[in-house]
Amino acid sequence: MKLDALDRAIINGLQGGFPVCERPYAAAAARLGTTEAELIERLERLLEAGLLSRFGPMYHAERMGGGLTLAALHAGPEAYERVAEQVNAHPEVAHNYAREHHLDMWFVLATETPERIAEVIAAIEAETGCRVFNLPKLEEFFVGLRFEV
Amino acid sequence: MAQPAGIGQMALSEAQDDRAIDALDRAIVAATQAGLPLVPEPYRQVAEALGVEAEEVMARLRRMLESGVIRRIGVVPNHYALGYRANAMVVWDLPDARIAELGRRIGALEFVSHCYHRPRHPPEWPYNLFTMVHGRSREETEAKVGMIAAMLGEADRGHQLLYSSRILKKTSLRLGG
Repeated sequence: MKLDALDRAIINGLQGGFPVCERPYAAAAARLGTTEAELIERLERLLEAGLLSRFGPMYHAERMGGGLTLAALHAGPEAYERVAEQVNAHPEVAHNYAREHHLDMWFVLATETPERIAEVIAAIEAETGCRVFNLPKLEEFFVGLRFEV
Repeated sequence: MAQPAGIGQMALSEAQDDRAIDALDRAIVAATQAGLPLVPEPYRQVAEALGVEAEEVMARLRRMLESGVIRRIGVVPNHYALGYRANAMVVWDLPDARIAELGRRIGALEFVSHCYHRPRHPPEWPYNLFTMVHGRSREETEAKVGMIAAMLGEADRGHQLLYSSRILKKTSLRLGG
């Protein structure tokens, strides 16, 4: 899909600040120099084409009372698929990425309560036989907003 | 999705501290996690699905934005689909005493999308600062990492780039309750 100037304006200009009012698309469209109907259609197309992974409110998991952490383990090539399946089977595993490193599997755990993080990690260690490194966020210096196309 | 019983009766004036969220807030979060409806009055549509007034949904969203429970409302670009194919998690071993100062400086760079202090696990894992650096090619990403290293000077006691090679699982963050 080829992006035109309006698509780029939407991607660059609508990463935050979408209004909370009766007709928010009309308000946002006016700022972008387009119409409500056109903005809605463009968002539909950008989402369908996968150029946007999401549109809506971004929630701060920890402030909602849940637990959130980044964890890593070393599975190794032989056990890799089995371990990935065991890790992914936990509904608390939100994302899981293969990475090029000795610690070759990196996953995000999101739990209903902070205490549940340790239980899920213990379960994953017991099932996989792999040591899990728990790397919770201690301080946040920046979380992105300024991606430009 | 099952709705908590009785949220339609919940009063707007219910006493709450700034940070606490209640069952209706949770229901609004759950109803918008997959995204905001692409209709002219999206908040009204969410409200109707939950059996409350649109004004109530908007008031709650505004309050959650103010308290930081909602970081922002907007689009999330897919870096990879937009041509940023070389996205590296770059981890740094920095002096603990300088982590806040340096973390803020690195986080202020326009090509860094996340910048967090996380615990070390020595000796296997000596790194205490995590960043995500995005580039269209590995050369571009590595040049950006080089800029950060130059900025850090001798405070950079070691860093590594971890490229992702495969997505094993990706769901939107789930909300329990």
